[in-house]
Amino acid sequence: MPAVQETVERVKRIDVDQYRYGFETLIESEKAPKGLSEEIVKFISQKKNEPAWMLQWRLEAYRRWLTMQEPTWARVDYPKIDFQDLYYYAAPKPKKTVTSLDEIDPEILKTYEKLGIPLREVAMLEGVEPKVGEEDPARRKIAVDAVFDSVSVATTFKAELKKAGVIFMPISEAIREHPELVQKYLGSVVPTSDNFYATLNSAVFSDGSFVYVPPGVRCPMELSTYFRINERNTGQFERTLIIADKGSYVSYLEGCTAPQRDENQLHAAVVELVALDDAEIKYSTVQNWYPGNSEGKGGIYNFVTKRGDCRGANSKISWTQVETGSAITWKYPSCILRGDNSRGEFYSIAISNGFQQVDSGTKMIHLGKNTSSRIISKGIAAGKSQNTYRGLVTAHRKALGARNFTACDSLLIGDKCGAHTVPYIEAKNSSATFEHEATTSKISEDVLFYCIQRGLSQEEAVGLVVNGFVKDVLQQLPMEFAVEAQKLISISLEGSVG
Amino acid sequence: MALLEVKDLKVRVEEREILHGLTLTVNEGEVHAIMGPNGSGKSTLSHVIAGKPGYEVTDGQIFFKGEDLLEMSPDERAAKGVFLAFQYPVEIPGVATMTFLRTALNAQRKARGESEYSTPDFLKKVREVSKSLNIPQDMLKRGVNVGFSGGEKKRNEVLQMALFEPSLCILDEMDSGLDIDALRIAADGVNALRSPKRAMVVITHYQRLLNYIVPDVVHVMSKGRVVKSGGKDLALELEASGYAQFEDAA
Repeated sequence: MPAVQETVERVKRIDVDQYRYGFETLIESEKAPKGLSEEIVKFISQKKNEPAWMLQWRLEAYRRWLTMQEPTWARVDYPKIDFQDLYYYAAPKPKKTVTSLDEIDPEILKTYEKLGIPLREVAMLEGVEPKVGEEDPARRKIAVDAVFDSVSVATTFKAELKKAGVIFMPISEAIREHPELVQKYLGSVVPTSDNFYATLNSAVFSDGSFVYVPPGVRCPMELSTYFRINERNTGQFERTLIIADKGSYVSYLEGCTAPQRDENQLHAAVVELVALDDAEIKYSTVQNWYPGNSEGKGGIYNFVTKRGDCRGANSKISWTQVETGSAITWKYPSCILRGDNSRGEFYSIAISNGFQQVDSGTKMIHLGKNTSSRIISKGIAAGKSQNTYRGLVTAHRKALGARNFTACDSLLIGDKCGAHTVPYIEAKNSSATFEHEATTSKISEDVLFYCIQRGLSQEEAVGLVVNGFVKDVLQQLPMEFAVEAQKLISISLEGSVG
Repeated sequence: MALLEVKDLKVRVEEREILHGLTLTVNEGEVHAIMGPNGSGKSTLSHVIAGKPGYEVTDGQIFFKGEDLLEMSPDERAAKGVFLAFQYPVEIPGVATMTFLRTALNAQRKARGESEYSTPDFLKKVREVSKSLNIPQDMLKRGVNVGFSGGEKKRNEVLQMALFEPSLCILDEMDSGLDIDALRIAADGVNALRSPKRAMVVITHYQRLLNYIVPDVVHVMSKGRVVKSGGKDLALELEASGYAQFEDAA
């Protein structure tokens, strides 16, 4: 496995304090003043040239938010956030409307280069398409909607997607160009009143992706967004909305990195997925935001609401996530299984090291008949971190024949970390079949010694064993992501043993 | 030339001394058997040579190819050519045997400053070696030792030995958990690896294994020391009269 070798090389070059993606791009940005008020909400809406209905929607959310309390039930601990001490809008100053790669700020391109993302995507960005008949099937196409801080800088492959009838654009554009779709679906999965952070997001969301796949269309490429939080003290409020119309299919990739900061940064995204009859959405995330330094200082607060609605019969939504970053993670990508015979899946790898706190899991809400769901969660805790799986599986009284299988495995590295499993299971009809399996194990000294006796270093040995532990989930990721994720896993566990 | 020299080695585990001044010299090309009753320190010796954590060397030295082995980390020792075939090889779920072999082999080669094997070269090599040991390709696709029978686990150890080409092989109770057919297959694999440049230390309880792997030298250990050394006939003698006579000698 060459990836392991490469990983080890990288691991040697960094430690927790030398977060690889901790650099800052020197571009001018345009910010709203600190704090949150109706004025700021109006400012954001105005910046985006939004129609009146959108502003109204935001303001209603804002007023609602004022009445809400931060949730405290998660097993995470952090100082109180002063919401008036944050910036709610920052955008790179646009030179002009960007239509090609040459027009993108070279500083921004450099940022992507440093992230090690580019090569394949940059080639894509530059429109380097293989000639007919030369296409390498292993190198599937990826379209990138690049979100730099809050504004989508470039949207690629629009033309080809357009041919297929797929709409893939920044949500700010979609609000102007496809108001009928946005109005119909925005907030239909995660209502503005859903929870404290989702409501905040509804009021101030800056940008994000919008995807609409028309009936019967199989999206011709993987859709991908790289998020990056850049502006100091800027809360990042992404809003993503994906709609798969009847009989369509789409796979969406999300990957994130953020530069090193002393102050904690708040990130409260909302992702809504809607799958109509016979449609399928596959949503994959690799998240490696700055986790804080070796003393637990700094790092991202990641309070995200992700929910998919299997609205139509025979629809399917699959969440796959590899979470290695953030100081605090509060995230439960969920599925509402409304359509009969619909299916929800959740595959997760959550790794915590240092002082990271993870409270993550999923909700599978069975409403339709013969709905099924599957949860495979792999939690790995190292250092002094706390890693909690929190999951809800529920069957409505009309959800006859609902089935769920849950497997939660936790792996502990060292003796100062904690792994917790908190499953909530509710069956309101007697025909539901729910299975729950959970294991907790410690990485064994004997296994490590066996690997080391064969010539592997301590880090290589840990990386190998952990990659074996998470294999079932890694296999669910699109190939391009799986390799990246595998490297990331080893990097995040550096210094976790001995 | 002496490949391994253990001089007056004293080892503690959690305040209790297990080896009380053990001396042993193994030359290139030789096969040494170390026999002794339970608790005599045989496995401790193999673990200390390989560098397993948890053992405290309080006195004595170990030289390997003239270098101070105790100064090296366990993975450095492996790269230098020390191989320990485990009594109970561990299972590593989710890691394909093939992946494991390649990662380990390339780690060793890299540590020695040699070029890493490319995928085709590695596959070619591993096929050759596994064929000679009658190991089906299918086994290499499975997780390391996961669901392997006792015989398959030991064959996997021999496969690694053949692949890594170490200059010192320590076989810790290779016969434990093997029926007679599995034992013969594993022993044939080991015998095929005997070479004038390679030494082997065979640790065993029973003489039985030594019918298949015939040693040049036999040592008897008791209470943390080597109490008698001799030719291969010493093993037969032990089988007839038991270890009791040596308990007093120690």
